[in-house]
Amino acid sequence: MAAPGTTQKVSRRNITGFLTKNSMTIALVAVFALFSILTQGRLLYAQNMSNLLLQNGYVLVMACGMLLCILTGGNIDLSVGSVICMVGGLAAVLITNLGWNVYLTIAICLLVGLGIGAWQGYWIGFVRIPPFITTLAGMFIFRGLGRLVLDNKTVPMKNASFNNLFTSYINIPGLDVISTKENPVDNPHIWSPLVIGAIVVLVIVFLTVKGRMNKKKNGYHMNSALMDYGKVGIISALIVWYCIKLSQYKGISVMLVWVLAICMIYYFITSKTTVGRYFYAVGGNEKATRLSGINTNKIYFLAYANMGLLAGLCGMLCLARVGSVSGQTGTSFEMDAIASCFIGGASAYGGSGTVGGVVIGAMLLGVLNMGMSILGFTDSWQYVVKGSVLLVAVIFDVVSKRKNGGK
Amino acid sequence: MKEELRLADIILEMKNITKEFPGVKALDNVNLVVERGTIHALIGENGAGKSTLMNVLSGIYPFGTYTGEIYYNGKLCQFKTLKESEAQNIVIIHQELALIPLLSIGENMFLGNEIKNKAGVIDWNKTYAEADKHMKQVGLNESPHTLIKDIGTGKQQLVEIAKAFSKNVKLLILDEPTSSLNDEDAKMLLDLLMEFKKQGLTSIIITHKLNEIIYCADKATIIRDGTTIETLVKGVDEFSEDRIIKGMVGRSMEDRYPHRERNVQDEVSLEVKNWTVHHPLYPEKIVDNNISFKVHKGEIIGFSGLQGAGRTELAMSIFGRSYGVDISGELYLHGKKKHLRNPEAAIRSGLAYVTEDRKTNGLLLNESIRFNTTLPRLDKVSKNGVIDKDKEVIVAEKMRKEMGTKTPSIEQKVGNLSGGNQQKALLGKWMFTEPDILIMDEPTRGIDVGAKYDIYCLMNQMVAQGKSVIMISSEMPELLGMCDRIYVMNEGKVLAELNAQETSQEEIMGYIIRDN
Repeated sequence: MAAPGTTQKVSRRNITGFLTKNSMTIALVAVFALFSILTQGRLLYAQNMSNLLLQNGYVLVMACGMLLCILTGGNIDLSVGSVICMVGGLAAVLITNLGWNVYLTIAICLLVGLGIGAWQGYWIGFVRIPPFITTLAGMFIFRGLGRLVLDNKTVPMKNASFNNLFTSYINIPGLDVISTKENPVDNPHIWSPLVIGAIVVLVIVFLTVKGRMNKKKNGYHMNSALMDYGKVGIISALIVWYCIKLSQYKGISVMLVWVLAICMIYYFITSKTTVGRYFYAVGGNEKATRLSGINTNKIYFLAYANMGLLAGLCGMLCLARVGSVSGQTGTSFEMDAIASCFIGGASAYGGSGTVGGVVIGAMLLGVLNMGMSILGFTDSWQYVVKGSVLLVAVIFDVVSKRKNGGK
Repeated sequence: MKEELRLADIILEMKNITKEFPGVKALDNVNLVVERGTIHALIGENGAGKSTLMNVLSGIYPFGTYTGEIYYNGKLCQFKTLKESEAQNIVIIHQELALIPLLSIGENMFLGNEIKNKAGVIDWNKTYAEADKHMKQVGLNESPHTLIKDIGTGKQQLVEIAKAFSKNVKLLILDEPTSSLNDEDAKMLLDLLMEFKKQGLTSIIITHKLNEIIYCADKATIIRDGTTIETLVKGVDEFSEDRIIKGMVGRSMEDRYPHRERNVQDEVSLEVKNWTVHHPLYPEKIVDNNISFKVHKGEIIGFSGLQGAGRTELAMSIFGRSYGVDISGELYLHGKKKHLRNPEAAIRSGLAYVTEDRKTNGLLLNESIRFNTTLPRLDKVSKNGVIDKDKEVIVAEKMRKEMGTKTPSIEQKVGNLSGGNQQKALLGKWMFTEPDILIMDEPTRGIDVGAKYDIYCLMNQMVAQGKSVIMISSEMPELLGMCDRIYVMNEGKVLAELNAQETSQEEIMGYIIRDN
């Protein structure tokens, strides 16, 4: 496989380097292929593909917040599941039981989430109570408060405008023709995903070309054209394929838009902004960061305050998707988020990890869950497999870093 | 002469010991001969290689990581672990006591060496009885059940020695045993050692306190720059403080320091008055006591002193109160009184502090040179909180070039660089903040001669531009070669302000080790 002009040794190192760097992507592709075969293609049904992202949407949103916590030094937030229960419960009670305005309720719920996060962030960042303990306490406190809010009942959410904000499907008049019982149509079709997908692909291609031109003009270092365009090609193909799947089943969900928007925002924050950079710095060497003039207490505070905000949002996403909230809602959700981060390559000691990696980690868990469900594995086995995948992923990460002479 | 040699009972002989760390030769053909039943002092400046030598002896640096031979009781030894040397009854007591505060004296004494019954369960009755026995041996009147945190450092030191006795010690190595003790406790400890000597114990004692050496040692070996200079014998050679200081500092100054036009301006850039700093964990302890100093534009000043004299603490407390509590005193920048409440404020006011320990306090080893360089002033390469990565690459590359950091790319992880290049990356990071006053804490520790020279040139460049440099260093020739004025610190106080052109290493050393 050695490219002409390169020595065997160099090319082998490049290949191992490539494999280690993208190990989780490769694992995701492998697991996906495996389950596609095992389920005789049932995994690839349009409905399953659409649900894959929707079912795991809340995990992705939580994992974005969790990543920031983990970056600061492998710290986790155990209270997320309980906050989801409490905020989701609050939304259900306010709207269903008390008949409050939907938008006002959403605003209140987000503020409550942020407030909870700020509360925990204060103790963790400024008083330096260990995050594990602070959020373990939060896990109990907010679970209890959540049950109090719900009065230990299951509260349904039937308000259409609330549900539509999170779970409806995008229908563009003219493009999408939907057949309903009241209004049967001869030729139903959903074309909006195709159009939107095409636009997204065009934008990506345009941005890549422009970015390369810009770099060339300023004389910056560039990746090889093959690599850049190859990447764009693969991503575009995936988008097109996924949009075709979506068009075969109900179209693009608003939930999907929410989730993708959150992922993109956090990708932007972690990779392009100064505050994002500080999360990595604190996890890399807190003392050096503090001596570089950065208020590290504030960074811890921000990580947890933000986690609270996202947990609040998740509470409403869950409420809309499930249709009701009970005292059990959200139990052990935080574990999925934490697992996604670590499977996606975030360091258990902090300082490294990316949103892209986390998305892949969450998808890997999602595909495993869905594949095993289709094959009829019980919950018990799913836990065993999930746990094993987590352990193997982290072992692989630690061992390969050690080999490369990292810390 | 030959008759004497045969009579001498040699317990330990270390021959041609050479130990290298990446980029530095810590020990270069060191020889040490210790006679049984003596107290043998090991002396030298900070970083001369004393502790390294003892770590080689005790197996902390295992056989194979150094070259040379160790003979103990006439037998060649190749210790791979601390356990192996302890099995030969060699026990080392480190400067930082290795005791666990929340465990009892008895538990600490037998940690890792527990007395067990046949079933493998710890026999606590026997443990505490044994502990009590050895504590009596060293004259420690405490219950073995007392927790370590509840006794003072003097008694903790005794616990360490009692622990050594529980291992049936024959050769006891003490690294700066009195550095944290008051005079009374220190004298008691030395008397105890002399008492044990009569019972046949051999001790090697590393210390800076020359009066202690004169008081208790039979022989003193001087190490300088990783080589043995000489061994003085009490009763044979002249055995005085002056004589020992001469041996410690006597090296030539040659052209190790780039020439500089002395160009000190009248304007004072930083002045500190009556600065007092308390220890953050023990607020009653004063770390820096009523210190006043100033630095002019275009001037390099130096701070000399032992580790623990309060120099780093002084620098950090000035740099945005990043160390200490109950800080009092006044700070003036260019004549204006300032209150720098955190490092950010210090950086914005034109201060930069190049930290002492680049790996733990200075750099993010897992991040790139680029990442490290821009960290203290990310706002300079960003707009509305969004980083302009292209701009960042340009400035990081510029700093790399100016510092002369040798690396394939600025995307290289700092952890993969050599010591000297790490130091240059660290300097680049702080030069990026464009400081008026650059505080450098041990800027040349553990780096090679070439990199040192580069760093000296950079300092000269700074003052040529009318900026000020404050250098904390344990290397006296470096201070004499580079500074205009030198402040000597000793136990939290400034004892002397010296003109670098007029003073000598001997004079500085006199202040450094003076008992005040």
